[in-house]
Amino acid sequence: MDQHETVFREEAYELLTELESSLLELENNPADNELISKIFRAMHTIKGSGSMFGFDKVATFTHDIETVYDLLRNGKITANKELITITLSSCDQIRRMIDGTDEVESGKAEKLTLAFKEFLLSAKDKPGNNEPPKAQEEELMPLEPADKKVTYRIRFKPHADIFARGTNTTPLLTELRRMGVCKLMAQTDAVPELDLLNPESCYIYWDIMLTTSRGINAIKDVFIFVEDDCELTIEAVDEGSIGESNEYKRLGEILIERGDVSRDVVEKMMADHEKIGEKLVAEGIVAADKIQSALAEQQHIQEIREKTKATDSGATIRVPAKRLDRLVNMVGELVTVQSRLSQLAAQVSDADLILVAEEVERLTAELRDNTMSIRMMPIGNTFSNFKRLVRDLSEELGKQINLVTEGAETELDKTVIEKLNDPLIHLIRNSIDHGIELPAAREQKGKPKSGTLRLTAEHAGAHVLIAIIDDGAGLDPEAIRRKAIERNVISADDNLTEKELFALIFAPGFSMAKTITNVSGRGVGMDVVKKGIEGLNGTIVIESKINAGTTITLKLPLTMAIIDGLLVRIAESFFVLPLSSIEECVELTREDVAQSHGRNIVHIRGEVVPYIPLRERFGINGGCPAIEQVIINRVGEERFGLVVDQVIGQHQTVIKNLGNFYRQIKEVSGATILGDGTVALIIDITQLVAGAVADAP
Amino acid sequence: MSETIMTVDDSASIRQMVSFTLKQAGYTVVEAVDGQDALSKLQTTTVQMIITDLNMPNLDGIGLIRAVRANPAHRFVPIVMLTTESQAEKKLEGKDAGATGWIVKPFKPDQLLAVIRKVLG
Repeated sequence: MDQHETVFREEAYELLTELESSLLELENNPADNELISKIFRAMHTIKGSGSMFGFDKVATFTHDIETVYDLLRNGKITANKELITITLSSCDQIRRMIDGTDEVESGKAEKLTLAFKEFLLSAKDKPGNNEPPKAQEEELMPLEPADKKVTYRIRFKPHADIFARGTNTTPLLTELRRMGVCKLMAQTDAVPELDLLNPESCYIYWDIMLTTSRGINAIKDVFIFVEDDCELTIEAVDEGSIGESNEYKRLGEILIERGDVSRDVVEKMMADHEKIGEKLVAEGIVAADKIQSALAEQQHIQEIREKTKATDSGATIRVPAKRLDRLVNMVGELVTVQSRLSQLAAQVSDADLILVAEEVERLTAELRDNTMSIRMMPIGNTFSNFKRLVRDLSEELGKQINLVTEGAETELDKTVIEKLNDPLIHLIRNSIDHGIELPAAREQKGKPKSGTLRLTAEHAGAHVLIAIIDDGAGLDPEAIRRKAIERNVISADDNLTEKELFALIFAPGFSMAKTITNVSGRGVGMDVVKKGIEGLNGTIVIESKINAGTTITLKLPLTMAIIDGLLVRIAESFFVLPLSSIEECVELTREDVAQSHGRNIVHIRGEVVPYIPLRERFGINGGCPAIEQVIINRVGEERFGLVVDQVIGQHQTVIKNLGNFYRQIKEVSGATILGDGTVALIIDITQLVAGAVADAP
Repeated sequence: MSETIMTVDDSASIRQMVSFTLKQAGYTVVEAVDGQDALSKLQTTTVQMIITDLNMPNLDGIGLIRAVRANPAHRFVPIVMLTTESQAEKKLEGKDAGATGWIVKPFKPDQLLAVIRKVLG
């Protein structure tokens, strides 16, 4: 501001000099209006600039002088020698104030101000100068408590010629929207037919519902420039107090309050017991827009009330995760006990017992769902962490990227969310580094300079789909093929589909980056992502189009605590296979085995699928039945069969950990207890297949 | 593309303060020393908004607003006038002439920007 101050000083000195010479001239020509205006202007500028640059003393002092000269200018008083003398000494005083040497003669300013006031009084005593004292303009408004949210109904009806003053209504409405929860309804019933329409006139008006804690004055401030150019009504309709119910006024009442329809009409209609809104429109009494607007008011208030209620009762308690885990565990056991009870009740076939068992079943299911939902967290927090990441990365790489997130409210198990963080970071980095191009390159391709990275989450049955969508360069299948051949990931004569090629980017050590940057390109990362997602029982799908962008979709189970599995039996042991990777079950007869000449393969609709006989793999003794079952699983892009004795059926299980002692057994991810108390092991198919392939001769 | 705003004031310090604030906020600024100067500059430059003082030599703020509104090309340009609290009747006069809004002196940079956002969006 120092620089501004200097400019102000210089300007003020100039003005003071000009002022002095004008004053001296005025002494000779007291009626020269041009001269008086000049003096007034100089005073005014000194006052205005003074207050702007912190010379408040100058501003206050000059203000009193300016008042006198305003009267002079309007011919209310005439200049005389006395006035000019005090004005001249005032000029000296202002100069001292600007120099900062006014403290030397303290009291001088007050004396001069007094002199001006006396002059005014004596001038006003003269007949013809009896101006009524101005009413105090300030109105005292009751202060709203700061955090009290009040809902206002605002009708903003601009005059047709509002645009002629250069007013644009959009910024006003935008300003309102920023003040709180706001619903805007444009009313178009005043728009005339096309031949009568003047394109420079405003025919639209707005009904606005606004819930804000800023108070009515803040709303009035929004419209301060247009208050004379519009009909503006602002009414507080809801004080935010919570009644017994969320019920708000009836439609008819709202319309009456708004003055859209008279009470008589509404009462007459009500007597007919018909839907009042439809009837009013049908009979042409009220425009459909107005009904819509009144309905929107009802809806708005209800939403606000619900939200207030939710926040009122939405108090949270922090609980150690351990306690939650214990609760989940206990509920798991309860589920097991409950199914034993149900089985028992069915065996005993006692009607009373069955009744109780069913009741317990219902309650347990509810309890289980509730307990699971405690562990659920919205993914939004994770999403918002990425905003910073995207910002920093795009800056580092000189790219312009907008991050758009959708479905932040989608809930996922806390453990899933935690384990999802790293894979998502890798994928986002990849999209930014390889996907979205530099601004110049994007412009060349006719795309907007800044790229968009969308992060979406949505529920799909018992799964959550998370997608990372960029509008960047896309994957080039041919380039991937060349790179893969170069790195000996595939051989030159391998014939892979586009999908299979895309899947190659998850291979260890595979990188498409031409140069290694800080961000990516070392070829670690994508295989880690794949492992991470598979560890969560999830799958990854890539879709991509050159120059249009890439979409990577992660499909994840809602929770890690429960899996949908297929219960199978081998001899006397039970196993659970995760349903997510199972494609189909086929029978395996002795003949099929004989036909394959000792190779563990089956033919499924012309395709050769290798299988792993689990009885052999797990070292279970005893002969296999005449007809075994092959369960076909898809692991990545490969299909594998698992041979078991019998498929019992689909089974939703609560996963229990095996304990530290069994941790080195990779093929088993956990265990579950069946209805009759038997333990079934849950098989980790990825690990099982990997182990079998490694052990293969 | 940044919007161009014209600031009209006979006081160099106010002009400097206004244009400094506007440039900081990313607007392009055209300065004019009085109404006459503003009108001649408007013939060659297109502006999205005008901020004008009222008391100026040659052509004052009210006169400038009238002249700007009389030109079909500038009929809808938002015009904000700088007034002091003692000029309530000037405010009305300005509105009648076609001013969009006003800023009461003294004002802080934030207040200036708030008003600009109000009329310019």
